[in-house]
Amino acid sequence: MLNTDSNSKIINVFMYKFWSDFSESKVAVISLLILIAIVLIAIFAPLISPSDPYDLSKVSIMDSRLPPMAKNFAGDIFILGTDGAGRDMLSAIFYGLRVSLGVGVMSAIFALIIGTIFGISAAFFGGKYETFIMRIVDIQLSFPSILMALIILAAFGKGIEKTIIALVLVQWAYYARTARAAALVERSKEYAEAAQCLALGNKKIMFNHILPNCMPSLIVVGTLQTAHAISLEATLSFLGLGLPITEPSLGLLIGNGFQYMHTGDFWISIFPGVALLITIVSINLVGDQLRDMYNPRLKK
Amino acid sequence: MTAFILRRSTQSIIVLFIMSLLVFSGVNLVGDPVEMLINPEADQAEVERVIKELGLDKPITEQYWYFLMNAFKGDLGTSFIFGEPALKLIVQRMPATIELALFSLFISLIFAIPLGIYAGLKPESKISKTIMAGSILGFSMPTFWVGIIFIMFFAVYLGWLPSTGRGEIGSFLGVKSSLFTLDGLSHIFLPALNLALFKLSSVIRLTRAGTREIIHQDYIKFARAKGVAESRVINVHLLKNILIPIVTIIGLEFGSLIAFSTVTETVFAWPGMGKLIIDSIYNLDRPVIVAYLMIIVIFFVFLNLLVDILYTLLDPRVRIQGSN
Repeated sequence: MLNTDSNSKIINVFMYKFWSDFSESKVAVISLLILIAIVLIAIFAPLISPSDPYDLSKVSIMDSRLPPMAKNFAGDIFILGTDGAGRDMLSAIFYGLRVSLGVGVMSAIFALIIGTIFGISAAFFGGKYETFIMRIVDIQLSFPSILMALIILAAFGKGIEKTIIALVLVQWAYYARTARAAALVERSKEYAEAAQCLALGNKKIMFNHILPNCMPSLIVVGTLQTAHAISLEATLSFLGLGLPITEPSLGLLIGNGFQYMHTGDFWISIFPGVALLITIVSINLVGDQLRDMYNPRLKK
Repeated sequence: MTAFILRRSTQSIIVLFIMSLLVFSGVNLVGDPVEMLINPEADQAEVERVIKELGLDKPITEQYWYFLMNAFKGDLGTSFIFGEPALKLIVQRMPATIELALFSLFISLIFAIPLGIYAGLKPESKISKTIMAGSILGFSMPTFWVGIIFIMFFAVYLGWLPSTGRGEIGSFLGVKSSLFTLDGLSHIFLPALNLALFKLSSVIRLTRAGTREIIHQDYIKFARAKGVAESRVINVHLLKNILIPIVTIIGLEFGSLIAFSTVTETVFAWPGMGKLIIDSIYNLDRPVIVAYLMIIVIFFVFLNLLVDILYTLLDPRVRIQGSN
């Protein structure tokens, strides 16, 4: 048995190795820093926003559609302008990031859990069960995710939990496929055979022995799928099918600005879109680097 | 080969059957079919007439039979909003969507394949790196937002191109399309470019990966060794072989173009079936939603079938494997 001291040393060595691999790409490091900043903004949105965009006592319709850097009568400066209801765009974006990231991460985690359970158990038990699960996965993956999500939301109606359910139902198949592929390789390795010879329970072998070794590929898929989930949620909310007005995500903000577009009030749609784009690009770049790190074909 | 096509077709029919079962149980289990398929504004006599017509007073197994039979006959209910058969509405709008998808597929291929081959041939050059960085950006940009930017820049700011509608529709050899008039072309350009941008990135990445793999194959080395001109090596030996994965992807991408056209059509007010489905979801026009669902399922199952068959025709290796 390892004592806790050497355990933490192993973790330190692991972290050091991870970071030295990761920091090989400067772009990835910068993306990670931006991503951390975005997450912090999302978490502390109420503290750092210039104003609370959803406090009706503070928002005045007199301030509606002010251009960026404009001042209102009270002398408040709106760095990114205001929207049609007179809300400060910068604050609305901070709050919107919160909703978008929250929904994206939450649905990614649920989809990861569900997909992993099905994927690993399919690889572990094999036979008809595996064929059945993987057939469903194949059929589902042959339909574009946006279409699946549209159909589900058309059936259930809009709402934050319904959007999360739709995103989970759309995405679990990607995780199931990845988990199965990784678990198939791991299952035939000696440590898994040894665990089986020790007559450990199926659950224990699957989740304590095989799962940790499948984690790298699942994390890579998880990162890229989180970006996908955020983008999909934004699209659905823009179309007016995802989140309700009470949960203003970035997609909803862009959708609100869409109606003012022909009058040239570009900032209402553009800035939330830029925030969305930066978020998605930085997640994708971090995910790309993680994928390269765990791709054995690219190892020196 | 025939055996393969037969087997694959049987599979497709099974998938279609399962999907019809899913759609049917979706209509029946999630909501009340009477409420879902009959106009809420209909009077009692009308409600009873439609219940009889759709067989909703029968036991559930018989109802499924009715549903299937009606679907075969092309009767998937009447739209609440338009008062016309749902199927007819969708079929009317289908050409606009297919025209948009085909044109954007064309745009993405003529740009993506040369760029991808270049990036694959010279992976270390600055231009290649820019292409790849651009493809990550293109991959990450949400379609609807790019559409808004396009409208703002090209239609509102520069005023070069119209931002809504389909424009004048011309006719050529009996085919009606806005591709045949100048006005129509100016209308289709922005939405098609918007839709293409998303696909551009994935085709570039695929072409690049294919090129990098194939360029090291023995037959390329051999062709070079025997003195074949470099342009012929690329245009014949290389291109033929990267086309195999690209054809598969084009098939699947065409499907996703149709799916994503829901977004682009909404942004550009393009009168296709994608806009129809979004409007129908807003208006709770459920017969249209159900009909769209069935049509899109049939469409995708056939598309996948077609891709699989094409794939075997293109790549003899798959054919040999399949016949075993």
